[in-house]
Amino acid sequence: MEFFRIKKDIPFMRHALVLNAISLITFLAAVFFLWHNGLHLSIEFTGGTVMEVSYPQAAPLDSIRAKVEKLGYADTQIQNFGSSRDIMIRLPLQKDAEGKLISSADQSAAVMQVLEPANSGAKLQRVEFVGPQVGQELAMDGLKALIFVIIGIVIYLSFRFEWKFAVAGIIANLHDIVIILGFFAFFQWEFSLSVLAAVLAVLGYSVNESVVIFDRIRENFRKYRKMNTREIIDNAITSTISRTVITHGSTEMMVLAMLVFGGPTLFYFALALTIGILFGIYSSVFVAAALAMWLGVTREDLVKGDKKPDDNTRNDDPNFGARV
Amino acid sequence: MNRYPLWKYVVIAVALLIGGLYSLPNFYGEAPAVQISSAKPTIKVDLATQARVEKILSEADISNTGIFFENAPNVGTIKIRFSNTDIQLRARDLLQQKINLDQNDPSFTVALNLLSNTPSWLSAINALPMPLGLDLRGGVYFLLQVDMKGAVQKKVTSLATDIRTQLRDKNIRHQGIERGADSITINFGSTTDADSARTVLLSVQPELVWQVKPTGLSPKLVGEFKPTALKEIQDNAVKQNIITLNKRVNELAVKEPVIQQQGAERIVVQLPGVQDTARAKDIIGRTATLESRLADPSVSSIGIGETPPPGMDTFRFGENRLGVFKKSVIFSGDRITDASAGFDQNQRPAVNISLDAAGGRVMQEVTRENIGKPMGMILFEKGKGEVLTIATIQGEFGSKFQITGQPTTASANDLALLLRAGSLAAPMEIIEERTIGPSLGAENIEKGFKSLLIGFSAIAIFMMAYYLLFGTFSVIALAVNLLLLISVLSMLQATLTLPGIAAMALALGMAIDSNVLINERIREELRSGAAPQTAIAVGFDKAWATILDSNVTTLIAGLALLAFGSGPIKGFAVVHCLGILTSMFSAVFFSRGLVNLWYGRQKVQKLAIGQVWRPQEK
Repeated sequence: MEFFRIKKDIPFMRHALVLNAISLITFLAAVFFLWHNGLHLSIEFTGGTVMEVSYPQAAPLDSIRAKVEKLGYADTQIQNFGSSRDIMIRLPLQKDAEGKLISSADQSAAVMQVLEPANSGAKLQRVEFVGPQVGQELAMDGLKALIFVIIGIVIYLSFRFEWKFAVAGIIANLHDIVIILGFFAFFQWEFSLSVLAAVLAVLGYSVNESVVIFDRIRENFRKYRKMNTREIIDNAITSTISRTVITHGSTEMMVLAMLVFGGPTLFYFALALTIGILFGIYSSVFVAAALAMWLGVTREDLVKGDKKPDDNTRNDDPNFGARV
Repeated sequence: MNRYPLWKYVVIAVALLIGGLYSLPNFYGEAPAVQISSAKPTIKVDLATQARVEKILSEADISNTGIFFENAPNVGTIKIRFSNTDIQLRARDLLQQKINLDQNDPSFTVALNLLSNTPSWLSAINALPMPLGLDLRGGVYFLLQVDMKGAVQKKVTSLATDIRTQLRDKNIRHQGIERGADSITINFGSTTDADSARTVLLSVQPELVWQVKPTGLSPKLVGEFKPTALKEIQDNAVKQNIITLNKRVNELAVKEPVIQQQGAERIVVQLPGVQDTARAKDIIGRTATLESRLADPSVSSIGIGETPPPGMDTFRFGENRLGVFKKSVIFSGDRITDASAGFDQNQRPAVNISLDAAGGRVMQEVTRENIGKPMGMILFEKGKGEVLTIATIQGEFGSKFQITGQPTTASANDLALLLRAGSLAAPMEIIEERTIGPSLGAENIEKGFKSLLIGFSAIAIFMMAYYLLFGTFSVIALAVNLLLLISVLSMLQATLTLPGIAAMALALGMAIDSNVLINERIREELRSGAAPQTAIAVGFDKAWATILDSNVTTLIAGLALLAFGSGPIKGFAVVHCLGILTSMFSAVFFSRGLVNLWYGRQKVQKLAIGQVWRPQEK
C-alpha cells in the first residue's frame, strides 16, 4: 500500500497568497468570536459549583429548572450531560444576605433537597466547587504556561534553525491555537483545564510538523543548488506530506477513540485535540513554510558556515550511513 | 551493518524485565481486607496492636493472606487481607467485638477495605500498583486554605498579654499596648521608659525586632516579627492543622486518606470512597478543646462501672479506666502557647508547656494551694472528654511548667501534640472541593481504558497493513512503550487519574509518529534506489534528528504544563512527559533492535515495509 503517489512536486507555494488569505480570514473570524462571544469558561476558572446528577429515567429538565430557581440562586445553568438521564447543574459563586460565600456543601445539599431524591431517584454523581481565588490562580497559571511554551519553542527553533523559521513556526501554530479557541467561543463549548492541557499539547505537537518541513527545506538547500527558494519549499512539502498525513492520522485515530468512547469527561479534551491536529496539518504545510518564504528565507541563512560535505556526494558513497 | 552489540540487547532485555515486573502489580486486582485504625486521640495503633489482632484471628482460626502495618505520620493502621469476602466479614465482626473492650465507646475503628492482590515477592521489590485518583474510584477532595493572618494575629494577642505582665514585673510604666496585624506598638510617656522597656523586651521576646520611634512627647516602641519567626509561626500552623486533620480523618475510617501540605499555606485532603461531603466537612471543621482540671485527690481514676465520688465529673482515661475530676476548669486550651517534648532534670522524657500570662497567673494560684495533689488535662471532641494525662503537682509554678513521668520520648511527643491540637493553630477555609461518585469513577476508568484500547488497536491494524513487517515492529515498540510507561508510573507511585489515562492514549498516538517517520524514511531511501541494509541504516539515522526535534518541542509543552499546572493538569503533564521519554527509547532504540535482530545477520533482497512506489519517469 502506498497512499501518496506523487509524480512531481506539487506547487504549494504558487497558491501561498490565496491560502494565506484564507488563513487570515479564519484567524480574524476566530478572533472576532473570541472577542464577541468570549470563552465559556468552566468553573475551574470562574469559581462556583458544578453538580452532576443522574436519574433512573430521562431527567425532567423543565421541572428541575423550576425547582432549582425557587432556591433563588442567580445564574444557574441546568443541562443534559452525556445522556438524557444525566444532568449538569452549574451554580456560580453564591453569596448570602451578609455577603458571605455560601459553602458548596450547603448549596449542593439544598439543590439535592429540592430534587427530592426519594421520589425521583436522583443520585448525586459529582460535585465540584472552586473558590474565587483558586479560579483566578488557575487562569493565571494557564496563561503563564502558554507564554512559557511559546518562548520555549521560539528559543528552541531559533537555536535549531534561525529566527525566520522560529517566527514562522510559532505564528503558524499560534494561528492554530487561536482557531481552536475560536471554535470553542463560536460553539460556546466549555473551556476547562483539560481543554487547556489539550491546547498546549497540540501546540507542542504541531510545531514538530513545522520542524520536519523546515528540516527538509534545509536539507534541500544543501542538496539542490539550482532550485530557487519556492521550488525548494515545494519539494520539501511534497516529500514530507505522506509522513505528515500518516502521523497525524495515527494520532487522530487515538484521539477519535477518546472522542467517541471516552465519555463526556474526555469529550472536549479530545475535541480540542481533533481541531488542533487537523489545523496543525494545514498550518504547517500551508502557513509556516509560506511565512518563512515571505520573511525571505534564503540558502545563505541556513547553509552558511556549514562545513559538511555536500549531501549529494555523500549519498553516492556505498558505505554512507554505515556504522562499524 | 545493522547489528547491535550484545550490550545493547542486554539493555533492552533488562528494560523489558524491569518494565514487566513493575507494571505487573497493576494487573492483579484487589482483594477484600479489613482495616483497623484508632478511634481516639489517646489510643495508638502499633506493632503491639498487630500482635493482638494476629492472636484474635488465630484463636478463631481465621486465615489471612497478609497483615500489613503502616505508620503514616502519627497515625498507624493495620490492614489484613483475606481470600474472600465471607472471611473478611467474619473477621471484621470478630475483631470489632474482641479488640474493643467497651463496645459502646470503641477504641478502634474496624472497617472494610480493599487491598492490592500483589504477591509479596513483588511488594518486596517495591513493585506496587498505581494508586487510583479520586476521579477513578470516587471520593472527596478538599483544598483548604490556612488563615495565616489568623495564626499571626493569635500569636500577637498572646504576646501582647505576656508583654503587659513582663513590663509590670519590671515596673516600667507605659501608656497602652496596641496590637497590629503582625506587630505590637507600646506607647510611653518618656524616652527613658521606652529605652529600658526595649532592653527588657529584647531579651524576653527574641521573636520580635524592637525599635524605638520617637514621635514628639510620646515615644513608641514597635516590635515586629523577625521573618524567621513569622515563617515558623506559619509552618507550625500548617503542620499542626495537618496533624489535627489526620486525627479527625482517621475517625471517618477512610481507606488511604491523603493529607498533604500544598504550597506555603494550603492543605490537600483526599478521602477516597467518602460520599457524604457534609459529614466529612463537619468532622474536618470541628475544633477540639482542651481543659485542665484538678482531679479528685482521693481517687484520681476508677475502673469502668465503678461509681464515682459525688459532685465529680468522669472522663475516659485510656482503654478501661475513668478519670475523676472536679467541675471547675483551671485553664482551657487557648491559654497554651506552646507544648513540646523535652527532658526533665533527670533526663527522663517530659512535656514542656507554656501558658500565656493570664493562664500562668491562674496556674500559680491553683498550684500554690494544691501541692501534692493530682491534676489532669482533658481533650474534648464531639462533646466527649478524653483524659490525656493525670499528674501530681510538685510545686508552685506559673506560665512555664513540665509534665514528667512520660515512659518514652514518643509518648512525650504524642502528648505534646495532643495538647497543641487542643488549641487549633489557625482557622481553615475550603477553597476547592470535588466529589465524585463511585459509579462515575468506575465508568471513567472503563471508558478511559476502552478508548485507549480501541485507539491502540486501530493504530496497530493500520500500521501492520501499511508497513507490513516494519509496521509490526512499530506496534511491538508501541506496546513496549505502554509497558514502560506503566512501569515507570508505578515505580514513581504516581496517582492514575482520568487525565492521566488520556495522556497515556495521547502519548501512544504521538509516539507512533517516530515510527512512521522512520518507516517513511526507509521507504524513501528504497525509492531512490538504496540497498535494503543501507536504507535501514540511513532511514534510522536521518529520522533520529527529526524525532529528537519533535520530541523536544512536545516536551517543552509538557514541562510548561508540569510547572504551571495544578490538580488534574499535573497528572496529565507527568504522564505526557514520561510518555515522550519512554517513546524515545521504545520507538528508536528498541525498534531498531528488533529490525537488527531480524535483518541484521543476513543478506537481504527486499524489505517487508509495504509497497514502495516509484514514479516511472523522472
